[in-house]
Amino acid sequence: MNHSLISDRQQRNGWQPGRLLQMLHVDATLLLCLLLLLGVGLMMLYSAGGQDMGLIIRQLVRLGVAMAAMLIIAQIHPDRMRDSAYWLYGFGLILLLAVLLFGTEGKGAQRWLDLGFFRFQPSEIIKLAVPILIAAFLAERPLPPSAWRLIFGLVLIGLPAFLIAKQPDLGTAILIASSGLIVVFLAGISWKLILSFIGSCAAAAPVLWYFMHDYQRRRVLTFLNPENDPLGAGYHIIQSKIAIGSGGVFGQGWLQGTQSHLEFLPERSTDFIFAVIAEEFGLVGAIMLLCLYLLIAARGLFIASQAQSSFSRLLAGSISITFLVYVFVNVGMVTGLLPVVGVPLPLISYGGTSMVTLLAGFGILMSIHTHRRMMSP
Amino acid sequence: MATRFTLKDHFRESRLINGRLLFAAFLSVLVFSAVFVRLVVLQVVEYEHFDSLSDRNRVDIEPLPPQRGLIYDRNGVMVAENIPTFSLEMVPEKVPDLEQTIAELTTLMSLTDEDIEEFRERLKQHRQFHQVVVRQRLTEQEVARFSANRHRFPGVDIEGRLIRHYPQGNLFAHAVGYVGRINERELQIIDQQDYKGTLQIGKTGVEKEYEETLHGEVGYRQVETNVQGRIVREIMSEPSHSGDDLFLNLDINLQRVAGEALTDFNGSVVALDPRNGAVLALVSKPDFDPNLFVSGISSKDYAELRDSPDRPLFDRALRGSYPPGSTLKPFVVLAGLELGVVTEHSKTYCPGWYTLPGHDHRYRCWKHHGHGMVDMTDAVAQSCDVYFYDLAHTLGIDRLHQFLDLFSFGHQSGIDIPSESAGLSPSREWKRASRNQAWFPGETLISGIGQGFNQTTPLQLAHATATLAMRGVMQEPRVVRASRKAGDNTMQLRSSDRVNNLPMQNSQNWEAVIDSMVEVIHGARGTARHVGEKMPFKVAGKTGTAQVFGIAQDAKYDAETIARKLHDHALFIAFAPADKPEFVVAVVVENGGSGSKVAAPIARKLIIQHFGLELDEPQPDQ
Repeated sequence: MNHSLISDRQQRNGWQPGRLLQMLHVDATLLLCLLLLLGVGLMMLYSAGGQDMGLIIRQLVRLGVAMAAMLIIAQIHPDRMRDSAYWLYGFGLILLLAVLLFGTEGKGAQRWLDLGFFRFQPSEIIKLAVPILIAAFLAERPLPPSAWRLIFGLVLIGLPAFLIAKQPDLGTAILIASSGLIVVFLAGISWKLILSFIGSCAAAAPVLWYFMHDYQRRRVLTFLNPENDPLGAGYHIIQSKIAIGSGGVFGQGWLQGTQSHLEFLPERSTDFIFAVIAEEFGLVGAIMLLCLYLLIAARGLFIASQAQSSFSRLLAGSISITFLVYVFVNVGMVTGLLPVVGVPLPLISYGGTSMVTLLAGFGILMSIHTHRRMMSP
Repeated sequence: MATRFTLKDHFRESRLINGRLLFAAFLSVLVFSAVFVRLVVLQVVEYEHFDSLSDRNRVDIEPLPPQRGLIYDRNGVMVAENIPTFSLEMVPEKVPDLEQTIAELTTLMSLTDEDIEEFRERLKQHRQFHQVVVRQRLTEQEVARFSANRHRFPGVDIEGRLIRHYPQGNLFAHAVGYVGRINERELQIIDQQDYKGTLQIGKTGVEKEYEETLHGEVGYRQVETNVQGRIVREIMSEPSHSGDDLFLNLDINLQRVAGEALTDFNGSVVALDPRNGAVLALVSKPDFDPNLFVSGISSKDYAELRDSPDRPLFDRALRGSYPPGSTLKPFVVLAGLELGVVTEHSKTYCPGWYTLPGHDHRYRCWKHHGHGMVDMTDAVAQSCDVYFYDLAHTLGIDRLHQFLDLFSFGHQSGIDIPSESAGLSPSREWKRASRNQAWFPGETLISGIGQGFNQTTPLQLAHATATLAMRGVMQEPRVVRASRKAGDNTMQLRSSDRVNNLPMQNSQNWEAVIDSMVEVIHGARGTARHVGEKMPFKVAGKTGTAQVFGIAQDAKYDAETIARKLHDHALFIAFAPADKPEFVVAVVVENGGSGSKVAAPIARKLIIQHFGLELDEPQPDQ
């Protein structure tokens, strides 16, 4: 390594990994936690997928792509992100419209855009575009935002959320809306407004029910009483609860989970992988995993608090909290606290697109943290 | 007032955002604590409960497929039933080594190469954790042999199932249809929950149209299974609900008589009760044995049916399109009366041919030497083509097409069986749209005698005849009369609710046309005189002959020298009694040659059967 390129008073002799990472715009703490989580994820996937090496290799390839995306994005200065926010958002919206018009269907929903050589979900772009745009938009003027800025911001959040809900993919729509709303919350809107918003949401619930698709209503009903539909969605929850419960405090041991291996815990390598973890590693393993998630989010929140512009603070905060929301929605679903909405467990569930987006989000966090202008050594 | 932010603003904002971040962090910890509590409840407090469910035994939820509704004809004769069979089935996800298992099963159960090939075909389409049939209809010895060796085959078991059986064989092949294995396309449409454990679905006919009614509701039971997946104990169960039974309007006796009367001709017979649209007979020949399809037809049998030049799988009653020929004439003459182009007594001279003004092409009458002066009744009774050339020419294709539209020519009748053909009632617009050609006056003439572009299905003919018989009251044909809920014996009538009254200016016109049709049967020179012999009531009818190929200008049709495939189609429509119609029949005999010689006697047999007449024995009273 050629250290002489770095002209800094602090340069000492010898190997300095921290400085190298800083140069690559990588945050060591965050990277370490992520690698640990991904390692656990691969281990669980190996068990849940029936010890299929092919599955692991495919997941590793995706991980490679996602890691590359993270590192590339970490090199981009947050100001560039702020400047291109509107373009990214507009691009994402156009793709969403394209999906509604030309998208290919899978499992009763139109989510994919087929570009011939590969298919992808434009909602993944929007997942990042919304918090970036809202953060950029609100940070343009002094905070807390004025009333009309707030309203305009809500429209910017609602538009893509509506398009995605129409696909129909209510789970993703809610997650995207919440990533935008978190920015609005962080931007300091008054508590009075927040409370009245929550109140009106509660009032809007019956209206929402009216516009729901049958399969969505069924999910809500099944959530309220899984026994209603023991062959369908209720089956997922019943089996998942049995798997988790039988894990006990210390679990059955890795590769030893009976429910997930011999029986039919559905979607066990994707949405319901948390049940496999809870069965094989028990309460201790499950809580440790959740703490790892909390640790990653805490690092993200720390990065947000140390950021040097309101835009960066808002964006970093939103990414970190949204990450936790993902975890909560998935674990809540698997443990029977929340309805079955089909959200994967971040960075562990088998599957590609969300992995890239999530790590790209952490790339943004790293960029924000490593592009700070040093005010003191 | 909006200002660019200053350093002071920046600090204030930082404090504001950081405050919110802190709050969010606090809230996250709170929410995750709730998850922790939930995990403690599941894994510590309720551990014993879940552990007992999982550790010793494993809970499995097994669907209990409903029994498919039965089908009866109008006399209560069983048309479709369910019979118990044993089949060897496999859940591939539970089989440790598929290839080895297949090899061992092959020796144990002496599976043939064809069995294995078909099994692999099914394997490709199977639903996750669903049974795949290895072999159906095991004998008792085979059941015993497998049971003794069952422990060697985890994931494979003998399954007692009810499968569909059609005791009447070919008789209802087209009308009732058949069930078959659920294919990939159907898998997309059906509600997966409702079909858990169900292997078959209605493919054609009544079985398809009334699938929802016949299917019933799936039940389930929660069972404990051992490591091999064998059931140890039932925890709870919710019984399935059988599908509704169906009662058809079809009469098995009419079906049989119609099928026999067609002898070895290809063709179709449709009989309706004009008063309520009930379909009494719906026959298409040749037919096939629907039982072949129930447990997956072998590719050899299927190829035979599919490739037969007689096309037995083709439902001629609903989809066979034939030129109506002279059977269209009563409707054309009604158009003439209604639109004031002809009256009951106006006459036309038939020299044996007709030319359009300014043309010298001769449109020939079937009677080479002509009918002389004919009025409406003569024209229908003797089927004079020249009268109708003239009438059609005066009407013009637009008015003719509009009028025939009223009788649903060119439209589906709305029968409660899928894939009905709409036929074709030609018009200027149709020809422009489909062939991008102008309509020629000569085409109006041949349309007037039911030839040319006209295409009708036997069902359409019967349906239009029923409307005519009822003096304009049109009912959608119904194959199914009623359904009966399983369990309680409440019957639900399924009559046609779409009744349409055709607007006619002069109701006397109906009688005039029907009288002329009575002349066809009972008149001295009617073309179907033999049909009405010794009948206790008046029958109205009309013969028809549909050209299969064009005859050169002056050539004479010589039935002897033309191969049977090129013979004209024979058609006949009739209803009885003429004054108070109860029975309508339409007969189409492919390559039958003559409507009056071949098709009309078939209709007579049906009328005799339906009214229970005993004419063929000497009757002193008649």
